[in-house]
Amino acid sequence: MKISRILKTIFLIDFLTGLLIALKELFKAKKTINYPFEKGKISPRARGEHALRRYPNGEERCIACKLCEAVCPAQAITIESAERSDGSRKTTRYDIDMLKCIYCGLCEESCPVDAIVQGPNFEFATETREELYYNKEKLLANGDRWENVLAANIKADGPYR
Amino acid sequence: MQEYFYLLLSEIYKILFLLVPVLVSVAMIVWLDRRMWAFVQKRRGPNVVGPFGLFQSLADALKYLFKEIIIPASSNKIIFILAPIVTMTLALIAWAVIPFSEDFVLADINVGILYIFAVSSLGVYGIIMGGWASNSKYPFLGAIRSAAQMVSYEVSIGIIIINVLLCVGSLNLSDIVLAQEKIWFIVPLFPMFVIFFISALAETNRPPFDLPEAEAELVAGYQTEYSGMMYAMFWLGEYANILLMCSLGSILFLGGWLSPINIYPFDLIPSPIWLILKILLLFILFSLVKAIVPRYRYDQLMRLGWKIFLPFSLFWVVLTASYLLYFNLLPVI
Repeated sequence: MKISRILKTIFLIDFLTGLLIALKELFKAKKTINYPFEKGKISPRARGEHALRRYPNGEERCIACKLCEAVCPAQAITIESAERSDGSRKTTRYDIDMLKCIYCGLCEESCPVDAIVQGPNFEFATETREELYYNKEKLLANGDRWENVLAANIKADGPYR
Repeated sequence: MQEYFYLLLSEIYKILFLLVPVLVSVAMIVWLDRRMWAFVQKRRGPNVVGPFGLFQSLADALKYLFKEIIIPASSNKIIFILAPIVTMTLALIAWAVIPFSEDFVLADINVGILYIFAVSSLGVYGIIMGGWASNSKYPFLGAIRSAAQMVSYEVSIGIIIINVLLCVGSLNLSDIVLAQEKIWFIVPLFPMFVIFFISALAETNRPPFDLPEAEAELVAGYQTEYSGMMYAMFWLGEYANILLMCSLGSILFLGGWLSPINIYPFDLIPSPIWLILKILLLFILFSLVKAIVPRYRYDQLMRLGWKIFLPFSLFWVVLTASYLLYFNLLPVI
């Protein structure tokens, strides 16, 4: 060992330098955000909670083509369909098991009418498992609640799809 | 009979007067520790419960209270339950001899420093019992490591204390403080203070010597099988021990309750405040060290204790003794 190294060890130079740096860092601005009170920016591509959208006239977009059900790698989606009195094909059941879902976004990509989408909401923790078995009503309600954001996000992300 | 009863009541009152502030400050110090740690890493730390997150520890304690206590089926139940109780009791009874001012000390015994030394040596039993009674791999390994570590560093702490005792000539903690009226022992015995500080880190299982609970290797060491209030008691005992070591450091080297500036506006500050400030200063150093130093490897830890600290502090004992003898400065009792 070199003499300088030994002296450094004896007088704890490395330790004191570290202490000085720590004291300096102590008073610097924080790098983390104050999460529940302030939130980070979320990309328009964020794959959060699912939603079923409607057309502006209130009609459901979903045409029950079952592409999302077929593509879903976790097999979280269950769809049943029937012909409605006006001759259009609509879902009678659209369930997503949010506990199975892996949030890959394939359902959104496969959808020909932009009906099923994943919104920016990621704060939907619940106290029971049952609350996370989403049905059609819940998904449509999500769509109504987030429609403004969803439409803006799809528009913003459109050129890259 | 009645006089005896009143004496008992007044003693209990005195004990509560000491212990309640200690327990409250343990809760506060956990918050301070986490906060300092976070600030060095430019995080925010606990800041939600109460002003600046001050009540975080109380919220944690409440959470621990309501959690289920799980006792492993293969454990030795009596020892398993006894271990956290022993840890916490030992951490608290040592406070009896800490002098907060000239006349405020619970038990002004003549072997105060030996008492503290004995009690802190017993502290290892809580950990060994916890690790052994859990009857599982990680706690056992953690307990073994902890036992070896605490025993090793106790040796060097003992010799450092001998250094101080040579200069004082008394084992009474109040006498040790009063002997520093002219000059604090940190000035003539500075290397000993540094070694004492590092040994205190090892003695209380603080980072960088937190090998007994090295989370990367041993999950949580001897605490792995503990849950609920029993885990919280280990936690409390650990922090009470840290506070105790800080107060011991300030009594032995930083002049205890003595005021550093004995001129008019400052000598109005009551002496316990000075001791608390010194304890706080040492504790802030403790938590800064936690943030900046990486964990030691086990062989490095043992090498530091036995091959460096022990010979060096022994050498310093000889040096102090010869200096005092040569210049005829040995304290007269």
